[in-house]
Amino acid sequence: MFYREAGDFKTSYAADTQTFPIKFDRYTYYLALAVAFLVLPFLVSDYLVNAIFVPFLIYAIAAIGLNILTGYCGQVSLGTGGFMAVGAYACYKLMTSFPDVSIVIHIILAGGVTAAVGAAFGLPSLRIKGFYLAVATLAAQFFLVWLFNKVAWFYNYSASGQINAPERTVFSVPVTGANVEPWAQYLICLVFTFLCAVLARNLTRGTLGRTWMAIRDMDIAAEIIGVNPLKAKLTAFAVSSFFIGIAGALFFAVYLGAVEVGEAFGIQKSFIVLFMIIIGGLGSIWGSFAGAALLVVLPVLLKLIGVDLLGWPPDIVQHFQLVIVGALILVFLVLEPHGLAQLWRVAKEKLRLWPFPH
Amino acid sequence: MKMKTLLAMTVTSVMAAAPVMADLVFPSLSYRTGPYAANGIPFADGYADYFTLLNERDGGIGGVATRLLECETGYNTEKGVECYEATKGEGSLVYQPLSTGITYQLIPKATADDIPIHSMGYGRTSAKNGEVFSHVFNYPANYWDGASIAVNHILDEEGGDLSGKTIALVYHNSAYGKEPIRTLEELSAKHGFDFTPIAVDHPGQEQKSQWLQIRRERPDYVLMWGWGVMNQVAIQEAANVRFPLDKFIGVWWSGSEVDVLPAGDAANGYKSLALHGTGSDFPIYADLQQYVVDTGKAAGAGDQLGTVLYNRGLYAAMLAAEAAEKAQEIHGTADITPSMMRDGMEALEITNAILEENGLPGFGPEFSVSCQNHGGDGLGMVQQWDASAQQWNMITDLIESDKDVIDALVTEDSSAFAAENNIEAGCS
Amino acid sequence: MPDQLVFAMEVFLNGLMAGVLYALVALGFVLIFKASGIFNFAQGVMALFAAMTFVGIQKGQVPFAHLINVIFGTKIHHFGWELHSIIAIVLTVGVMIILAWAAQRFIFRHLVGQEPIILFMATIGLAYLLEGVADLMWGSEIKKLDVCITEGVCLPQGINIAIDEVTFGWFGYGFFIDNLDISATIVAIILVVCLILFSQYTKHGRAMRAVADDHQAALSVGVSLNFIWILVWSVAGFVALVAGIMWGAKSGVQFSLSLIALKALPVLMLGGFTSIPGAIIGGLIVGVGEKLFEFAIGPMIGGATENWFAYVLALIVLVFRPQGLFGEKIIERV
Repeated sequence: MFYREAGDFKTSYAADTQTFPIKFDRYTYYLALAVAFLVLPFLVSDYLVNAIFVPFLIYAIAAIGLNILTGYCGQVSLGTGGFMAVGAYACYKLMTSFPDVSIVIHIILAGGVTAAVGAAFGLPSLRIKGFYLAVATLAAQFFLVWLFNKVAWFYNYSASGQINAPERTVFSVPVTGANVEPWAQYLICLVFTFLCAVLARNLTRGTLGRTWMAIRDMDIAAEIIGVNPLKAKLTAFAVSSFFIGIAGALFFAVYLGAVEVGEAFGIQKSFIVLFMIIIGGLGSIWGSFAGAALLVVLPVLLKLIGVDLLGWPPDIVQHFQLVIVGALILVFLVLEPHGLAQLWRVAKEKLRLWPFPH
Repeated sequence: MKMKTLLAMTVTSVMAAAPVMADLVFPSLSYRTGPYAANGIPFADGYADYFTLLNERDGGIGGVATRLLECETGYNTEKGVECYEATKGEGSLVYQPLSTGITYQLIPKATADDIPIHSMGYGRTSAKNGEVFSHVFNYPANYWDGASIAVNHILDEEGGDLSGKTIALVYHNSAYGKEPIRTLEELSAKHGFDFTPIAVDHPGQEQKSQWLQIRRERPDYVLMWGWGVMNQVAIQEAANVRFPLDKFIGVWWSGSEVDVLPAGDAANGYKSLALHGTGSDFPIYADLQQYVVDTGKAAGAGDQLGTVLYNRGLYAAMLAAEAAEKAQEIHGTADITPSMMRDGMEALEITNAILEENGLPGFGPEFSVSCQNHGGDGLGMVQQWDASAQQWNMITDLIESDKDVIDALVTEDSSAFAAENNIEAGCS
Repeated sequence: MPDQLVFAMEVFLNGLMAGVLYALVALGFVLIFKASGIFNFAQGVMALFAAMTFVGIQKGQVPFAHLINVIFGTKIHHFGWELHSIIAIVLTVGVMIILAWAAQRFIFRHLVGQEPIILFMATIGLAYLLEGVADLMWGSEIKKLDVCITEGVCLPQGINIAIDEVTFGWFGYGFFIDNLDISATIVAIILVVCLILFSQYTKHGRAMRAVADDHQAALSVGVSLNFIWILVWSVAGFVALVAGIMWGAKSGVQFSLSLIALKALPVLMLGGFTSIPGAIIGGLIVGVGEKLFEFAIGPMIGGATENWFAYVLALIVLVFRPQGLFGEKIIERV
């Protein structure tokens, strides 16, 4: 009923390969975009932005980045936290060294710096595979965090090693610093998330994406049919790190405002982003969003139910939260190992035929 | 997308449902879970119990009941932000972020929202300069005071001469741990001792290298800026390498029962700095027993009374309550706003009479806050652990920190912050 | 002898001892990975859970006391008994066996044949779950851990005086070796010998090796995979308990204990995921390497290098030997 394809003719190749080939899907997507860009900025409050929307959007960018590497190219990485730190510190150095240049350019450049660092740490992936690679990327995680903690140049020699985002504006509206309005915070993250998602979607369905997937499915076979593994793996690391770097820069500049590297970009960050893409679905941009939404919203929701509605002590709620998140991951894996994205695809198949399945 | 909007709606409705009450709201960003839970629980209990006591015994502050909003941060900065945003709309009077990371984050936010922060013995040290940090208070003492108090204590022990001595600093390799380094470097130049910083990476479970280094180099004194599991391991390792524990001095966050108990008898003689009195030998404990414990209103498991961090929670709550009273007095209204609370904190004056009135005679130093000085006078004491009696004993009177060195550092750091953030320093 | 050399020798010996402690944690990973191809991220949390359960049983804590008190408004904390360490260890092993059974029955049986990454993910979920359950069950305060065989004969701690004196006689500088490390080494040796004996000379041990070699073949000759996997998880649970006790004796039993898993990962990479001797030698290399690096290079670059050094070392080794030093050669076919 909803997903009717009858009468939905495609007359060109381009139309047939578009992201949302079904009309209903497409309109839902346009509607969602319209709501996100035109309606939500007028509704959001400080709490909604800082507790849900901004972390959700930033984690979505990071999840898209990691999904390119892990989901599309099959290289498991636990260095996400470290690469986010590179983005954050690159952004900080650029912000304080060139205060007159727009923050948007700084954030994109921070992504570029992270891409270079990511590609360098991607080099061992040519030899190391599977879990060995996953653990090897932890070297990046620990080394980068140590570096930013140790070398005072990165934090401009401040007394404690914390970095603070000074106020910067876009179209003379502050987006970082103390006086930022919630809608501005939300919008800048939304714009970056939207652009990253479109870019990622188009990269992954083009030549580059296909070479990544060939490597993921079987790298030796891919090599034999003429895919250059060096190029494919390094581009995957670079592109993935580019997104993660942007996420890190936004995380520092727009979301937290002040960051200490070991705390904000520790190993925990690497794991949480990996959870997002596995729960959301490996190899799916939609899944990155779904996973990020679930893991950002779920703790807040559990807290609201446990503490504010049931009136339980916060520590017990917190312990239960661990239990529930853990159990949820397990239940998901047992029921649907390919994540929310697969669940969504199955639901869509069903809906196409609904209500007359035969 | 749809799911998200639905959730957003639930969240808003829950938020909106919170009634606007004429209470004095004190948020407590506690951490009863995560790696530092053992340190977070007693503080949160003490903070909560003091306000319960005020409500039960005095009917609140100035006749208005207090309400404690506890929010679990797990020592995590992101959750800290969430907690801040969730609680600030309810008229929260003053934040105790209880984490250096969260404090740094809240400094600009709270200043913009006109809500004061009290980071007692932690956070950004240069916030002492109220001309730059209008909404941040860190009385009665800060880390740089702490470093200086420790050195002054060593000076006393050594008869006033430190030339040729070596002092090592074992520190948590984070913003918090690095705080005292600058001060100690200045002090080492002034007093002529050698200073060796030794970093321990988070979490600090394995410190063999660090303690072998101490064993080889045999410094005369070791200071420690540790937190969480690092404290317990360090004290154990110090005992293992037979470093004399009475020459091992921790900061006030490395000196509570949970830090020394795992090492058992080996921890005997370990010293730490103290911001406030120790033990349960204060008149307030009779009231706590009567109004809070016996009525079954104690926070948490109710088994933390009398511990160092519980006392710190009481102390923080007492200072907040005094500031609220001051604010009521200044503005002539019982129902104060966060902005009035800030004025109250800036006019706060703690005297022995006030301490005694609150059932805490001689618990902390006398000090007064002004716009220029948000950090108190930087007084602290030294306590020592007695393993057989399982208690901390105060072994010194109040020790003053070296103002010449610290004030210069505070001015330098705060003016750097002011320049970076375009803040015009000055008192309004 | 020059001082620096003597110091380096002391650091080297301590590195060996630290390496044994790392190897203890890594051993649990290897056992499960060999038998079922699961990279068990929950091993660290299992050590925490085992140590907490041990202390809880020993001190007679009421499980879930805090939760019960909140729900029913009661005030219970302790049963009021103190158990002998050995009884507590036996009971804890029982709990770990139940845990192994539950993990097998409710999780991994449903995931047979899934990709390794999915299984890995499941163990991360298990880690979260177990961490929450452990905290709910025993509370999150720091607990002091005592293991005493009889009154007064406890797990020793502190400097070994005999070694100190002997080395002082030789070099004029007494070496510091911690008694706890010596006991850990002895326990580890006993543990490894027992594991070898068990896997070489008992029926179930041989079945375990058969499963590790080839699931299908083992199944076809009548080995119950289900049973073997429960067995392996139980053994890993026991190894976790030993590791938890050894590490917990140093720092008290607390949340951070679960982070020791991060120390074991580079050991695994170096030694290979599939080799028990690899885990031990990898542990020793990591222990010695990081201590010597911190000793020699650390002061020049600001110290606190131990967190990343092991990983970078392992990374460099892997570039030359992608399967680790002792891992099975990776053969790839199209």
